[in-house]
Amino acid sequence: MSFDEETAVRLARRPRWHYREGVSALDPNAIRQDFPILSREIHGKPLVYLDNAATSQKPFQVLKTSRDYYEEINANIHRGVHHLAQAATTAYEAARETVRAHLNAQSVEEIVFTSGTTDAINLVASVLGRSGKINAGDEIIISGLEHHSNIGPWQILCEQLGISLKIIPVREDGTLDLAIYETLLTDRTKLVSINHISNAFGTVNDVNSICHLAKQVGALTLIDGAQSIAHLSIDVQDINADFYAFSGHKVYAPTGIGVLWARRDLLEELPPWKGGGEMIKEVSFEKTTYNDPPFKYEAGTPNIEGAIALAAALNYVNNLGIESIHSYETHLIQELSSILSSIPEVTIYGPHDRSGAISFNIKGVHHYDLGTLLDQMGFALRTGHHCCQPLMARFGITGTLRASVGVYNTIGEVHALGEALERALKMLR
Amino acid sequence: MTISERQDELLEELNLFQDWTERYEYIIGLGKKLPPMDQSLQTEDHLIKGCQSQVWLDASLVDGKMHYLADSDSLITKGMIALFVRILNGQTAQDVISTELTFIEKTGLKEHLAPTRANALTLMAAQMRKCALEAS
Repeated sequence: MSFDEETAVRLARRPRWHYREGVSALDPNAIRQDFPILSREIHGKPLVYLDNAATSQKPFQVLKTSRDYYEEINANIHRGVHHLAQAATTAYEAARETVRAHLNAQSVEEIVFTSGTTDAINLVASVLGRSGKINAGDEIIISGLEHHSNIGPWQILCEQLGISLKIIPVREDGTLDLAIYETLLTDRTKLVSINHISNAFGTVNDVNSICHLAKQVGALTLIDGAQSIAHLSIDVQDINADFYAFSGHKVYAPTGIGVLWARRDLLEELPPWKGGGEMIKEVSFEKTTYNDPPFKYEAGTPNIEGAIALAAALNYVNNLGIESIHSYETHLIQELSSILSSIPEVTIYGPHDRSGAISFNIKGVHHYDLGTLLDQMGFALRTGHHCCQPLMARFGITGTLRASVGVYNTIGEVHALGEALERALKMLR
Repeated sequence: MTISERQDELLEELNLFQDWTERYEYIIGLGKKLPPMDQSLQTEDHLIKGCQSQVWLDASLVDGKMHYLADSDSLITKGMIALFVRILNGQTAQDVISTELTFIEKTGLKEHLAPTRANALTLMAAQMRKCALEAS
């Protein structure tokens, strides 16, 4: 995609705040100008993109960063003595610092670049499995709200080590039953791995309490932040988990880059994951010594451009202010909720104070049909099980229709969705 | 009318519509008008495997002609299978086996659908042909 650089600079300088009656709010119309794809038409209708929980669209500030990287400083990092190698290394390590600051981590050594959340969780599962910290008869706790990415890696570990998986049940309102969670915690619990926000229902989990309780029995904790990174302010020291994972593409950065934050002492203590270049200190055929974290966990040439573009995306978010984004998106979700509530025979899943996404079904109407007809009208929503089949089974459904918002969605789009739903339902009833 | 003539007729009808939303509305309408399939026939045996929504298909030979019954939990899928039923019902098994179902390509329906749904169309066509093979 091409864009005029002059326009880019002009747009970048344009304020995205406007003040009204002493209350500051984001200006979605100005923000929309930053996202080239949003001016597209789908089936001859303006695109209304409400599938942000699957992936977010990218602002030109991020696209330009990716392009500039390849046009100006592309080189392999860390080893080269030449100018470009140093420029690329500096930019890559500066990106690590941007991520550190964004998560309020103690040091850059705690920030490992991965290809995404799934990759990060698999990293933790794999190295924990070889660490001696988890042994036959031990238990791992996850929840009924988890994405398959936070189920599969642990099931593989269960088979490998002869350990078992305990599940925190989901209550009727789509929240976790923390009273039962407390009863699941025993001295056999070695790890608790929970999402911060449910991708399927938008439930925000009380991760601080979950981690606090886990620590009382000496269990490690991992928070899957794939859905929270774009919507909430994340402070890993405040949450006090041991691992926190997220994907760049959910927060306006490209696909193929993600982050594992982990406590430094753990990264030092745990065994390496993949072998290769960069993760070693010295290699001989008899014995290899491993590099210090985070490099110990970044074997091979990393996604350099992705990391730098992720930093650009986090800067974009921070320029707008994550708190402002959160309150604006909450306004959108609440409006969606009240529009959906007015549809006869609708079931909305998850608690009222959800974040980012809202999931629903309408009695007698297949979610695929609604999704297909909405697509005809230019609306991108997600249908199906959202990679949460156990959660769907818990509610006795095969899937839902899910609308998930980003910073560029408008209240006008929310109202347009209401009208489109009405039209689609007329056709289907 | 032969299978080819029925396909042409259907194409003409679908081309009358201005856009795909209207075409879908028409296809959904065809689905709603599909003769009911008895609940007792909606079994695992009659399920077309591989479709994202559930589609049941039953076929029998009545007076030397194919007779199809179908249902789905998705109205759009039901409408799509209604297109097939309309073209193939009352034809000889031999004709069903030997005639190419070109309307799927010609309507542009396949390009228009999500890959999972387009795949369902192929599966439906294959299953209907398989039923004719078994009946003949």
